Amino acid sequence: MRRLAFLAAALTLLAGPALAVDPSEMLKDPKLEARAEKIGGGLRCMVCQSESIEESNADLARDLRVIVRQRLQAGDSDQQVIDYLHSRYGDYVLLDPPFKAKTLVLWVGPFVLLLAAGAAGLGVLRRRAAAPPAPPLTPDEERRLDALLKDAGKS
Amino acid sequence: MRRLLYLIPVAVLGVLAVFFIRGLGRDPRIIPSVLINKPVPQMNLAPLPGRGDTGLATADLKGRVHLVDIYGSWCVSCLVEHPTLLDIQKTGRVPIEGIDWRDEPVKGAEWLKRHGDPYDRVGMDPAPGYTAVNFGVTGAPESFLVDKQGIIRLKYIGPITPEVWEKVLLPKIRELEK
Repeated sequence: MRRLAFLAAALTLLAGPALAVDPSEMLKDPKLEARAEKIGGGLRCMVCQSESIEESNADLARDLRVIVRQRLQAGDSDQQVIDYLHSRYGDYVLLDPPFKAKTLVLWVGPFVLLLAAGAAGLGVLRRRAAAPPAPPLTPDEERRLDALLKDAGKS
Repeated sequence: MRRLLYLIPVAVLGVLAVFFIRGLGRDPRIIPSVLINKPVPQMNLAPLPGRGDTGLATADLKGRVHLVDIYGSWCVSCLVEHPTLLDIQKTGRVPIEGIDWRDEPVKGAEWLKRHGDPYDRVGMDPAPGYTAVNFGVTGAPESFLVDKQGIIRLKYIGPITPEVWEKVLLPKIRELEK
C-alpha cells in the first residue's frame, strides 16, 4: 500500500503541465513539432498573460501556435520565429524578459537586495562580537538574584 | 548620522509602495505597442461579400489620416463602440477602415447590415489572423491612427466612446493633419 502511494506520488511529480495544443494543429514532423512546442512554451499568451501560448486555450494563443508552426514549416529558424512575434508584441510576449538597460532592475535587483541585506546582517553580527562583555554583578545584585532563585525554588 | 541609516529600509519600502500602488490602478491588458511610429504592416485583405468595396490593402492607407478599427461579429464590446463609429462616420472627419478579424464572411456581412456600417473599406482577416498579429492585436476592438505617410501613430485598446473620440483620437488627428 505504502509502495503504491509512493509510486503515485512519483508519477504525479513526473507529469508536466497540460498543453492546450489540439492534435490537429500538431505538425507531422516530430522534430518540427518539438521545436514549435519549445518556442511556444517561451511565448506569453497576450490575453491570459500568465500562460504560454502552448498552455492556453485562448483563440489568440491558438492563432499564434498555428503561426509559429506555419513559419517553421516555411523554413524559419527558431530565432526568426521568436523575433517575428517579438517585433509585433514587444518584450511582453517573451516569458523570459531580455536582459537590457530597461530590465536591469528586474534582473539585478534581487541580487543587489540580497547582498545589501547580507552586508547589513554581517555588520550587526560583527558589532555584537566586538561589544565589551557585560560588567560582573555587584554584591547587591548577587543578593537579589539569590533571593529570586530561592523564591522560584519554593513554588 | 547612524540613526539615518535605520531609515533606509523605510525609504526603500516607501519607493516600492509608490510603484505597487500605481500598479494597482493600471489595466494589465493595456500593453504598450511597439508599432507606434512604424509603417502599417503589409496586407491585402479580401472584401466582405456583397459590400461592394475591394477589401483593404496597405496602399489604401496613404494620402490622409485614417482610423483603422479591428472588430468581429463575435466581439461583444465591438457593439459598444459601434454607435460612436457611426457618429464619427456621419461627421466625415476621418475615414474608418475596418478589419474583420477571425470572422466568417457571411456573419461579418450580416452583422454590418444589422447594426449599421461605419466603415469606408473592410478587409477580412480570417484565422489565424496574420494581419491582426502583424498589428500586434491582442483583442477586439482595437484601433489605430495612421498618418498620411502610412505610419502608425496611435493605438487605442478597447471600445471607442464619445469621450475617447473627443479626448484621445480627435486631438491626435488634428496634430497629424498639421
